[in-house]
Amino acid sequence: MADASNVDAFVEFERVQKSYDGENLVVKDLNLTMPKGEFLTMLGPSGSGKTTCLMMLAGFETATHGDIRLGGTSINNIPPHKRGIGMVFQNYALFPHMTIAENLSFPLEVRKIGKSEREAKVKRALDMVEMGAFGGRRPSQLSGGQQQRVALARALVFEPELVLMDEPLGALDKQLREKMQFEITHLAHQLGITTVYVTHDQTEALTMSDRVAVFDDGRIQQIAPPDQLYESPENSFVAQFIGENNTLEGTVKEINNGIALVQLDDGELIDCKPVNVSKPGERTRVSIRPERVEYNRERLQEGVHTLKAEVLEFIYMGDIFRTRLRVAGNDEFIIKTRNAPDQVRLQPGQQIEIGWLPEDCRALDA
Amino acid sequence: MSDTTHSGPVLAADGTPLKRSLARALRMQKLRALMLIAPLLLFILLTFILPVADMLYRSVDNRIVENTLPRTVEALEEWDASLNQLPDEAVYAALAADLKEAAEAKVHTRVGKRLNYENPGISSVFRKSGRKVRKWDMDADAPFKEKLIDIDEGWADIELWRTIKTYSAPRTAGYFLNAVDLKLGADGVEVRPENERIYNTLLIRTMRMSLIITFSCILLGYPVAWLLANLPTSKANLLLILVLLPFWTSLLVRTSAWKILLQQQGVINDTLVWIGLVDDANRLVLINNELGTIIAMTHILLPFMILPMYSVMQTINPSYLRAAKSLGATNWTAFWRVYFPQSVPGIGAGSILVFILAVGYYITPALVGGTKGTFISNLIAYHISTSGNWGLGAALGAILLAVVLILYWVYDKIVGIDNVKLG
Repeated sequence: MADASNVDAFVEFERVQKSYDGENLVVKDLNLTMPKGEFLTMLGPSGSGKTTCLMMLAGFETATHGDIRLGGTSINNIPPHKRGIGMVFQNYALFPHMTIAENLSFPLEVRKIGKSEREAKVKRALDMVEMGAFGGRRPSQLSGGQQQRVALARALVFEPELVLMDEPLGALDKQLREKMQFEITHLAHQLGITTVYVTHDQTEALTMSDRVAVFDDGRIQQIAPPDQLYESPENSFVAQFIGENNTLEGTVKEINNGIALVQLDDGELIDCKPVNVSKPGERTRVSIRPERVEYNRERLQEGVHTLKAEVLEFIYMGDIFRTRLRVAGNDEFIIKTRNAPDQVRLQPGQQIEIGWLPEDCRALDA
Repeated sequence: MSDTTHSGPVLAADGTPLKRSLARALRMQKLRALMLIAPLLLFILLTFILPVADMLYRSVDNRIVENTLPRTVEALEEWDASLNQLPDEAVYAALAADLKEAAEAKVHTRVGKRLNYENPGISSVFRKSGRKVRKWDMDADAPFKEKLIDIDEGWADIELWRTIKTYSAPRTAGYFLNAVDLKLGADGVEVRPENERIYNTLLIRTMRMSLIITFSCILLGYPVAWLLANLPTSKANLLLILVLLPFWTSLLVRTSAWKILLQQQGVINDTLVWIGLVDDANRLVLINNELGTIIAMTHILLPFMILPMYSVMQTINPSYLRAAKSLGATNWTAFWRVYFPQSVPGIGAGSILVFILAVGYYITPALVGGTKGTFISNLIAYHISTSGNWGLGAALGAILLAVVLILYWVYDKIVGIDNVKLG
């Protein structure tokens, strides 16, 4: 994926490093290639280096080492205002002393675009985000969601090929955030803009992106489309960070036909898909998604290894049931079941047997 | 809750109007608040507001003439000042009676001094006459016209009589006119002779120099405030201490330091001569003129400019500048179109503060200003403490106050006082 010579590459990071203090690397050896028109999300906990990457791309931070290319040309030494990259900031950064129309007009004015053309573009951009009637208002007179739309329109009004968004929905309430998530992805795809989106909200990352780059400790841990990321995490960090996840620790006994037999620390045996393990005797952390765990014996495949479990807690959540179990000494083992008419509601204290398909159980690095 | 059911005033639960009920509930709070500020309020009222009001009243108070010379003032009402004739015997008799009484009470010199402000020379006429008239007998010594003129030729001067008549009213605009280089003649307001005009020049100079000082404070303070607002906290705190350091030094010490630095044999001149930039014979005159006052006052007032600007700049999110640059603005455009407009309230607050302080400044101009660099306040101080012409001092002070208030109003109209932030 991260092939620097890729002809389709629009945005490229090649061996990029960044240090603020000369002692610690915030970004360690970053390689990333983005084709034109892609919606890529940088996801990670705070301090993982994702915002630094965005700032380097925007030109507000300089890379300590490595090359950042945009459309094939290195932009390391190009100042931010010449990069032509649209940017949406976390706090919107709408200029408070200008009206909405003036805010949108600003990037066109500095590009010396004529008045009539400017007005037409501003109007089109405002209409695009359904804010056409608000041109004469000041940012302080708008609600958070409206400001968000204006910030988006301002980042798009000068028709940049690349738009960066730094946690743009962080300040909005849940409902509005979900609405805006949809609108932003819709707009980005409609206009064919390449988008780099930074967030620490994994739901946002999964619902919006073409690909998600999971950052941790200054490195990209995995970069993949949302479904792959969720279903086939490549290491324990990604498995833990994306979605809810159950982990059990053990040792690899043997690997046969793409199935690893893992002996858990309490002696039980389970079948897993080997991902980060290669030979018997290796320590491993096994990861299973809560919704892939099955306790209805009839639905379990013949001959699979099952585990004994004790129900600790049953939580009714409306659309799903969330049940906490004790499995192989782990008190935090969660299973999720859909609220279907024939679904059994487990009772605390009940002893059950659980199992799963070997491919849903991934043996990752310990 | 129930305001939809009846159309009258909203009632509280017990039937009293809600407004009255609310006022009663808040009365205790208001009373307590008043009690808390009462000591300070009383202190300010007694030591500041009342004296200031009294001083301001002195700028129009002219009761002294009427009180000291009641008969003369009454007799002069008949006299027509425009006829170019001396008043008749009745007026002189009234004057003699007034003067005798005044001289016995030893107040005749005061009224002389008062009238002397308007017509120099009158003071001595009153002093001289008072001494002699005191011994007169009001019945035996009549008529008085010749005798008075005998004592002092001044009593034969029509101008003197005009002055007395003009300034016989209990209130006068005379001090104010004097303060703007005009005077009240017999035919109304007239311009003072050229050699007596000083106040307009001084008032204009005060305004002009205060403006220059304000602008140099903006120029010097803006970058410092910007740096303060944008440095990391630890460094910013150090810089802030440096900015505040002058506050911990006495004003007099700082001004005296400037005297040492700026004088012709002073540090700056010595250094310039030593470097060779300035010839030893032509040392720069940096003190006892306008330049000296501007330099010293800019230094002294600079913190008052920096602090409001800093507090405003602190609230400007750096992401605005980044946003502007990402939208294609150069560093300069981003600063000028985005950062600067947002910092204007700070400049406004600092400017008002510095200008108002500068306009009324006294010590520094007095010490380093020489004759060319003094302010109107130096003259006010002179009239209050040296010449004793409190009326004129009060009038000058009132004018200064009015000018400041007008500027404040103009500023409010243009920039808007709501935009001023002091922190």
